[in-house]
Amino acid sequence: MADATGETQAGQQIIELRHVDKWYGEFQVLKDINLEVAKGERVVVCGPSGSGKSTMIRCINRLEEHQRGQIIVAGIELTSDIKNIDAIRREVGMVFQQFNLFPHLTVLENLVLAPVWVRKQPRREAEETARMYLERVRIPDQANKYPGQLSGGQQQRVAIARSLCMKPEIMLFDEPTSALDPEMIKEVLDVMIELAQEGMTMVCVTHEMGFARTVGDTIVFMDRGEIVERGSPQELFANPKNDRTKLFLSQILAH
Amino acid sequence: MASPSTDSIPRPARPPFWRNPAVRGVFYQLLFIAVVVAVGGFLVHNTLVNLGRQNIATGFGFLHREASFAIGESLIAYAPSDTYARAFLVGLINTLYVAVLGIVLATVLGTVIGIARLSRNWLVAKLTLVYVETFRNIPLALQLLFWWTFLREGAPSPRQAWRPLPGVFVSDRGLEFPLPQSNPAHLWIFLAFVVGLAGAVAVSGWARRRQMATGVQFPSGWVGLALIVGLPLLVFLTAGTPLAFDWPALKGFNFAGGGSVSPEFAALLFGLTIYTASFIAEIVRAGILSVSWGQSEAASALGLRPGLTMRLVVLPQALRVIIPPITSQYLNLTKNSSLAVIIGYPDLVSIANTTMNQTGQAVEGIALIMAVYLAISLTIALSMNLYNRAVALVER
Amino acid sequence: MTDATQDLPLPAERPPTPSAGIVSWLRVNLFNSIGNTLLTLVAAWFLAMTIPRLVRWAVIDAIWHADSGRACRGDGACWAFIGEKLRFILFGRFPYAEQWRPLFVVLIFIGLILASCDRRIWGRRLVLLWLVGLALVGVLMWGGILGMSYVETDLWNGLPLTLILAVVGMALAFPLAILLALGRRSQLPAVRAICVAYIELIRGVPLITVLFMASVMLPLFLPTGMTIDKLLRAQIAFILFAAAYLAEVVRGGLQAIPKGQIEAADALGLGYWQRTRLIVLPQALALVIPPLVNTFIGTFKDTSLVIVIGLFDLLGTANAALTDANWRGFFAEAYVFIAAIYFSFCFFMSRYSQMLEREFNKGGRR
Repeated sequence: MADATGETQAGQQIIELRHVDKWYGEFQVLKDINLEVAKGERVVVCGPSGSGKSTMIRCINRLEEHQRGQIIVAGIELTSDIKNIDAIRREVGMVFQQFNLFPHLTVLENLVLAPVWVRKQPRREAEETARMYLERVRIPDQANKYPGQLSGGQQQRVAIARSLCMKPEIMLFDEPTSALDPEMIKEVLDVMIELAQEGMTMVCVTHEMGFARTVGDTIVFMDRGEIVERGSPQELFANPKNDRTKLFLSQILAH
Repeated sequence: MASPSTDSIPRPARPPFWRNPAVRGVFYQLLFIAVVVAVGGFLVHNTLVNLGRQNIATGFGFLHREASFAIGESLIAYAPSDTYARAFLVGLINTLYVAVLGIVLATVLGTVIGIARLSRNWLVAKLTLVYVETFRNIPLALQLLFWWTFLREGAPSPRQAWRPLPGVFVSDRGLEFPLPQSNPAHLWIFLAFVVGLAGAVAVSGWARRRQMATGVQFPSGWVGLALIVGLPLLVFLTAGTPLAFDWPALKGFNFAGGGSVSPEFAALLFGLTIYTASFIAEIVRAGILSVSWGQSEAASALGLRPGLTMRLVVLPQALRVIIPPITSQYLNLTKNSSLAVIIGYPDLVSIANTTMNQTGQAVEGIALIMAVYLAISLTIALSMNLYNRAVALVER
Repeated sequence: MTDATQDLPLPAERPPTPSAGIVSWLRVNLFNSIGNTLLTLVAAWFLAMTIPRLVRWAVIDAIWHADSGRACRGDGACWAFIGEKLRFILFGRFPYAEQWRPLFVVLIFIGLILASCDRRIWGRRLVLLWLVGLALVGVLMWGGILGMSYVETDLWNGLPLTLILAVVGMALAFPLAILLALGRRSQLPAVRAICVAYIELIRGVPLITVLFMASVMLPLFLPTGMTIDKLLRAQIAFILFAAAYLAEVVRGGLQAIPKGQIEAADALGLGYWQRTRLIVLPQALALVIPPLVNTFIGTFKDTSLVIVIGLFDLLGTANAALTDANWRGFFAEAYVFIAAIYFSFCFFMSRYSQMLEREFNKGGRR
């Protein structure tokens, strides 16, 4: 739970999902999801397509609504209350598979948009932060270019910087490298690994098992809407206990 | 050391001229031009011969002759003793008048309906769908005839005119409405409006600079609106509310006083607006839908509220997709105003038609009409190209 | 810590609140917020004001049989007027006894349009079908052979005239449009200039102007003594007008063909006309079928303008029917009736084009 100042302490639970269910119409897409993420923990979620992994992390910042169960982020319960949703979104950053950069704004304008309009920062301060993060993701000279002029890998790194400019406590990644050409995957994964090494709490949906092994504290395997198995990378990859896990791992680790 | 002479460097062999693509290109073009000129010359020759036989002069001299026909309605002074040139001017002004009004009204109506089409309210979405499909699939000529005949035959005589609003009368003589009487205080009110406008601009500039510097936000939209509306209102009240209307009153068989528009104008404006708005609605809807859902998701994920998301992320991108086809609709509306000839509104085409019938100078008349519409089309197309180039998304 | 759960998937449960059923549907779609509730109420009020009045006028109070206009005056619609004038509105002054001929013509056109929607016969068979259909239409309308009396084009009125103007206009505009589009993209400056001038000129002026031009100037263009049929003048106007708009549509398709296609054709040794005919055009035209259909819908609606040059298409005959002294004032019935006819054709074609567009976007073309 959060302490008196509202900040979560290292090691405490920063995300809790308790008995979360979600339906699309009559189809149940999340079944009794129970998950706890500690501050500073790195969770990698994997599973076949349609397993609900993207839906689950999108519930965390209310891009999707859950119908039953409880979701508590940084001590705030996620309900339809707009105040709660706004507060949670300020603390949770999200990186999308399709980057979703704003094409009509320059890279710099993409980065300062939210700090200026949501955190109400002065523009100069926001720009300083933005340039700092552009350096961190190693593209400081692209500040005045438009997203359409950048490569896929560069765009995704800008997207990561854009989320970081809001100084979130948690970063969610929804298949961040799936839309990239192979030669650009590494530059994005490198940025994510650096982020992890600095202690960022991360929940990442990905197929990159090498990344999971390097950085992940917990691997969560989902199938058909439920969490089937979870464990440390060493345990899960070497000794999967569940048949469905074994099947999935055999398919993606084959090559 | 002697450099090798350039004669020893082999050059590609020149093909014989009949196989040389450049020569063939020139040849084909000359042939093409020759055919076009020949056909054109043949047509022109026939035309001159035929016109000569009918003793019809050529050239635009007829424009200085007296028109000797009356025009039903005009925004500038006109009498049958004026020249044909002035008659054309009246027609042009009438066309532009109905076109500009139509464009403004159709844009407002079309945008509202386009946004309503996307409403989550099922009833609203379906009703607007019925509107769009109905008016898009019926010819405009039929719609205009319907509204005009409705006003002329379905509306009552002035004595039993409909009164949808106080002071507004709808009858088969047209639409009557109260007109504010002019008053010296109006000048002050207008000045207050200008001051309010300037103030709104200044406030929004100041607010933007302050936000850049300190991050504090300011509702400059609302304040600006208050200035633009409030200042004139203040002057209006302190001047003792000098608003007297000239009310239309029944005198004998018709109305006197107030402002009025003929059934032709009303039907034309109404029909054009409703018809074009249905196309604009679909354009606006497609434009908003064209902004990928991921954009609003990314904005929401960053913490932006729906209002800000719409203003900063969705609308700028949607406008880029909306503006080009909408200018094409504006052009269509202007061209469609020529259907006024069917219901007797004296627009440019209608007056040119009368002129051509009277003078027999069909070629010149048509040339004039085409020149005017071409000028309007090219102006709109040029402005649209400039706009497109200014806001094009920058890509590799 | 490992946490292996059961090997079988959890059974799915029903959602907590009923998400099906009419009450829940109403809640989500009509009343899910204050704003929406207000909108629903306003919309419902609007419907309550208009629908009952419309139904009363069109059905309940309507008079279905009457002998004359006077007997037909009431609160409701006078459909007897339509019954009385039906053949005139549909076929105009075509000789009464032979009106089976324009009826067949309309049926042939409907059949051709429906057949063109079936993608299995796209290609040479369809072109052949159209040629045969149009030839039949010509024979039926003109007559003069096989015991049918000759009917001059002045008496071709009503729905057949609308269909002929629109269909023949598009059909003949099509080849011209292809040439214009190719010409506009040509490397030869003279050809390009003339094509651009033509297209921009025609697209910049209203159709009425082009109709006037054809109606008034074509006779002047011909050598003295030659006359040209009024219908032919209007038909030429439609062909010239539609060709300019179609040319822009085709040009859009040509621009969408990847350069690699042209390079591959060149590498195979095909000449300009061969590669255009065999490679570029088939792909370009397939790409732009939805806008082509939309242009046809526009042309179909535009045929109503021939009323200004004295031809009597469907709108013209309806107007003429209203001038009958015995049946005065039933303009609403007449206009609603032909509006329904226009709407049926246009709505059907627009739905078809939307369906095509959806299929093409799904990539289900090849």
